[in-house]
Amino acid sequence: MRILIVGGGMGGTILANNLARRLVGELRSGKARITMLSASDKHMYQPGLLYLAVGRMTPDELYRDQRSLLEPGIEFHADPVETFELDKNQVKTKGGKVHAYDVIVIATGSRPVAEEIPGLAENAEQFYTEESALKMFKRLQAFQGGKVLITVGVPHKCPMAPLEITFMLYDYFKDRGILDKTQIHYTYPVGRTHSLENVAKWATPEMERLGITYETLFNMKEVDGAKKVVRSEEGSEAPFDLLITIPAHRGMEVLEKNGLGQRGFIPTHRHRLNMEGKDNVFVVGDTTNLPISKAGSTAHFEAEALAENIAAMVKMGTPVRDYDGKVFCFIEAGKDRATYAMFNYQNPPDPKAPTRAVHWFKIAYNKLYWASARGLL
Amino acid sequence: MSTRKLVDARGSFCPGPLMELIAAMKAAQIGDELEVLSSDKGSAHDIPEWINKVKHEHIETREEDGVWHVIVRKAK
Repeated sequence: MRILIVGGGMGGTILANNLARRLVGELRSGKARITMLSASDKHMYQPGLLYLAVGRMTPDELYRDQRSLLEPGIEFHADPVETFELDKNQVKTKGGKVHAYDVIVIATGSRPVAEEIPGLAENAEQFYTEESALKMFKRLQAFQGGKVLITVGVPHKCPMAPLEITFMLYDYFKDRGILDKTQIHYTYPVGRTHSLENVAKWATPEMERLGITYETLFNMKEVDGAKKVVRSEEGSEAPFDLLITIPAHRGMEVLEKNGLGQRGFIPTHRHRLNMEGKDNVFVVGDTTNLPISKAGSTAHFEAEALAENIAAMVKMGTPVRDYDGKVFCFIEAGKDRATYAMFNYQNPPDPKAPTRAVHWFKIAYNKLYWASARGLL
Repeated sequence: MSTRKLVDARGSFCPGPLMELIAAMKAAQIGDELEVLSSDKGSAHDIPEWINKVKHEHIETREEDGVWHVIVRKAK
């Protein structure tokens, strides 16, 4: 069976390694073959960008060579797909190669699109790329106090990012000694401070305790850079001296060009993870249109379930388990405390009070991630 | 030509049914109807509240076998 994985991010990499471990004999005998195509020969630890934006990680800590993360036996090419020919079971790459497959997994991720809101890209700082996170940190270093506004687009990668950056900024300004000259105002698209009710029940009094003001049901309509205000779809205005945004995301442009899903998100079966209407096309991570968090842990748990199923398809011709919607998110509550939320399609999370222990586990995970990507953790 | 799009947000704790609807609205055309399926009874309140605030149109909310169907129309 020829297994083609498109995308070398967290989901694609964990899937490839997990599959390779399950199919050692089949890879040796030639009964199975795993090929990965990615846009880059580097692998980025994307959650590290949050820390880069507040000066707690450096860019070199975010990257590893993609080949160094992959099990022997996985064929890797830094040659992105340009054309998906799903009816012919093949793809064409930027380099002009044609790759035929029996099973394809699309794990190309998502991208921030701040430019969709007029004025946002020009006036806001964000941290979803290395370049923008570094720019944001330099802006923070130069900031001497004033109104800090947090805005959130929909959908966005990492559902905890709005709260995490808010509480981390609070501690950053506190350490700089400019908290008394700084007012942090947090906005959020739905009617509470976080989509997870139990997380909002913790976050709202925490903001009130710290003097962080908030406005809910706030969806960005436009940014007026001259007047330094953000106007919302709901009719309100929020002023800023420093605007920090969690931009809306879309799936990758190549998927939109190939007509694989609205705004680049592929319609996906919530348990089997196959593309709707296609039995040999699977989707993991941010690329799905599933109503669950766009987060590394989602990609991780989907990849584990899918690896078990594809390996079973090779060995016995049928998948063996359903993905249950499992997500696990750390929540940094400042520079030295954290909690977490774990949930699935059936069970909501019940986050505990933040502790130093969970924060240090998160800091350890920032290193352990590379073992996770290799399929060891 | 307007259409009705299904937003299946059953089992969605995060981002949740309202956030799913806000995202789906971006891809919809003015006049399109969107039917949100939610297993959270709070959607019966949350979604019409937002729809009314941003001046879209709330058409109907009904519950069938533990699933709330909230139907709205993109008005602007």
